[in-house]
Amino acid sequence: MTDTIHRTPGSHVAEAPTKMTMAGAINAGLRAAMERDDKVLLMGEDIGQLGGVFRVTEGLHKDFGESRVIDTPLAESGIVGTAIGLGLRGYRSVVEIQFDGFVFPAFDQITTQLAKMHYRSQGRLTLPVVIRIPYAGHIGAIEHHSESPEALFAHTAGLRLVTPATPQDAYDMIQQAIACPDPVIFLEPKARYWDKGEVETDRVVRQLSDGESKTATAEMSQARVAREGSDVTLVAYGPTVHVALQVAEIAAAQDVDVEVVDLRSLSPLDIPTVVASAKRTGRVVVVHEAPTLHGIGAEISAAVTEQAFFHLQAPVLRVGAFHAPYPGSKIEHEYLPSIDRVYDAIERVVSH
Amino acid sequence: MAGGPLDTEGLVTLLDHHGRRQSDERFDDLASRLAPSDLRDMYRAMVVTRAFDDAAMALQRQGELGLWVQSLGQEGIQAGSGKALRASDYVFPSYREHVVAYQRGLDLPQMLRLFRGLEHGPWDPSEIGFHLYTLVIGAHTLHATGYAMGMDRDGRVGSGTEDDGAVICYLGDGATSQGDFNEALTFAAVTNAPIVFLIQNNQWAISEPTTRQSRIPLVHRADGFGIPSMRVDGNDPIAGYAVTSWALEHARSGNGPVLIEALTYRMGAHTSSDDPTKYRERAQEDYWRERDPIARLESYLTEIGEFPEEFVAEIEAEGKEMAERARTLVRSWPAPPATSMFDHVYAHPHAAVETEREWFERYESSFTDTEAAR
Repeated sequence: MTDTIHRTPGSHVAEAPTKMTMAGAINAGLRAAMERDDKVLLMGEDIGQLGGVFRVTEGLHKDFGESRVIDTPLAESGIVGTAIGLGLRGYRSVVEIQFDGFVFPAFDQITTQLAKMHYRSQGRLTLPVVIRIPYAGHIGAIEHHSESPEALFAHTAGLRLVTPATPQDAYDMIQQAIACPDPVIFLEPKARYWDKGEVETDRVVRQLSDGESKTATAEMSQARVAREGSDVTLVAYGPTVHVALQVAEIAAAQDVDVEVVDLRSLSPLDIPTVVASAKRTGRVVVVHEAPTLHGIGAEISAAVTEQAFFHLQAPVLRVGAFHAPYPGSKIEHEYLPSIDRVYDAIERVVSH
Repeated sequence: MAGGPLDTEGLVTLLDHHGRRQSDERFDDLASRLAPSDLRDMYRAMVVTRAFDDAAMALQRQGELGLWVQSLGQEGIQAGSGKALRASDYVFPSYREHVVAYQRGLDLPQMLRLFRGLEHGPWDPSEIGFHLYTLVIGAHTLHATGYAMGMDRDGRVGSGTEDDGAVICYLGDGATSQGDFNEALTFAAVTNAPIVFLIQNNQWAISEPTTRQSRIPLVHRADGFGIPSMRVDGNDPIAGYAVTSWALEHARSGNGPVLIEALTYRMGAHTSSDDPTKYRERAQEDYWRERDPIARLESYLTEIGEFPEEFVAEIEAEGKEMAERARTLVRSWPAPPATSMFDHVYAHPHAAVETEREWFERYESSFTDTEAAR
């Protein structure tokens, strides 16, 4: 029940950046966290010998054993609820929810129990539980396997929500999330699991081996400017960062200089970074795969309007999914924010 | 109700409702561990808690508490099971286990901070091995199971020493219908967790009788999970002690979970907001009033000559003192500062909370300035 990081001296060696997929980076991050602290447990369905349906935990069962990589009964509320109990006993569980659409049986345990325990106990109890959820679409799946439920969790005080868009962030942020004393929903953009990128493994390992979990939490909560630009701020996160960067290239060919902000953290939101960018560009578009109605984009739009009103050249626009259940995957590319729809929004704010 | 959920089949009773000692060879040895002073401890816990319970109910009626939840009538199984606990055990209560709270060392009036709406967690759970009350029915059964899984990992079972421990998780008849409870039984069974689930079947889930939750005795819930179980007379503190001792020892020894159903009766309303005259008969209440756990143990202690007058005077005084202190304390507690609503939302700083706190403080102080300017 402390946020002390167990130290294993000499367990890290300086390494040159290596190429990893995002799934591989999360796997490596989990491994590093488990090596650093023997209270870290993995819990979930099919995460043991199978390595999870996306193979994110591949090899960990073999190396850490079934007492630390636990194949649980098929019951999401039970997984999160027992992770809470283990947390009260000093363990740090990293829970894998198999797919986004399967998290709702655990909704009470996450929003009413996990999120509120620290508050209810006057800060006496901490629950360092991480809930990993592969989320979002573009994998041609059948129903309940492509959802973006982030707004439902972001609305709950007591939870943190983060979502990496690159292998480097995946590697760093999974470890920072595990070190954090607060519960963290860790949203993994599953369509990007197999994208490769350079990962520098030494820095975050050093940060956490030095017990700097508060610094780690602060860092995990910051947005990043993924591409600098001067005409329009395009705010994205998780799976839409990839789309936003593509749109920025297309816009560049039309002489529109797009700045892409990757939020990384959805709770808290790094509003100062977004507002600073909005003040520079005067135009903001937010893009996410979740439906726009009552979504993260609405919150960004409100914050920018409140804090950068006189800098704005155009209303803040949102691009996202529609207020309809996730459709059959043959038309998901129309439901989700496509390059065309994001570019259309860029054109509208530029010509306003 | 033959064959129904309130059938008395298999009920372990060691004190009948006249307070006469009954023999049950499975549990006589365990019951014989109770020295007269232990019996008086249980009696004291029941009587003092009832005095507190009465005082709290009166405070609610006077508008001093937002809500009160009585333990009235259920003191027998609570005192018996609580007596079976060791310091190394851990309790996950639901929300009316006031007798067990007393036995674990909680100063009961402090509990009223919750019911007065001052805070949600007025005690340190790890200090007394008694978790916070959980108001969402059945949700805590999973926390209890996870905690027990953790105790097992920590090597706290099966050593044969006093350090061995188990979790006891209290729940009601209504909670047995919750998915979380059924998942808790699954997790406890397959992980062989050291946990005792104790169902206090008080026959009413607000207005719904146990027949709305089950067509058979609740004890049989355990069968499908492969969990051993026992059914006990919930108004018999001695049987409650013996059966819970058996169950805890089973769990502490590394033999896995146990389920106990204690058949008792909720003599009061569900909470101070409820009105049982709308849904149940007076005759039923009268029937159970005859089976009061306090009267039952009192008869037995008198019968065996272990109920001295000075003891009676002593606990009467303790009960009065507790009730008086509850009344005084409750009225003395100021509301916390409004800004405390921002405390402990997160363990590490969170920008949204900090921003709103700063805004609220500025807003509040703007009124102070206005006042000062006048």
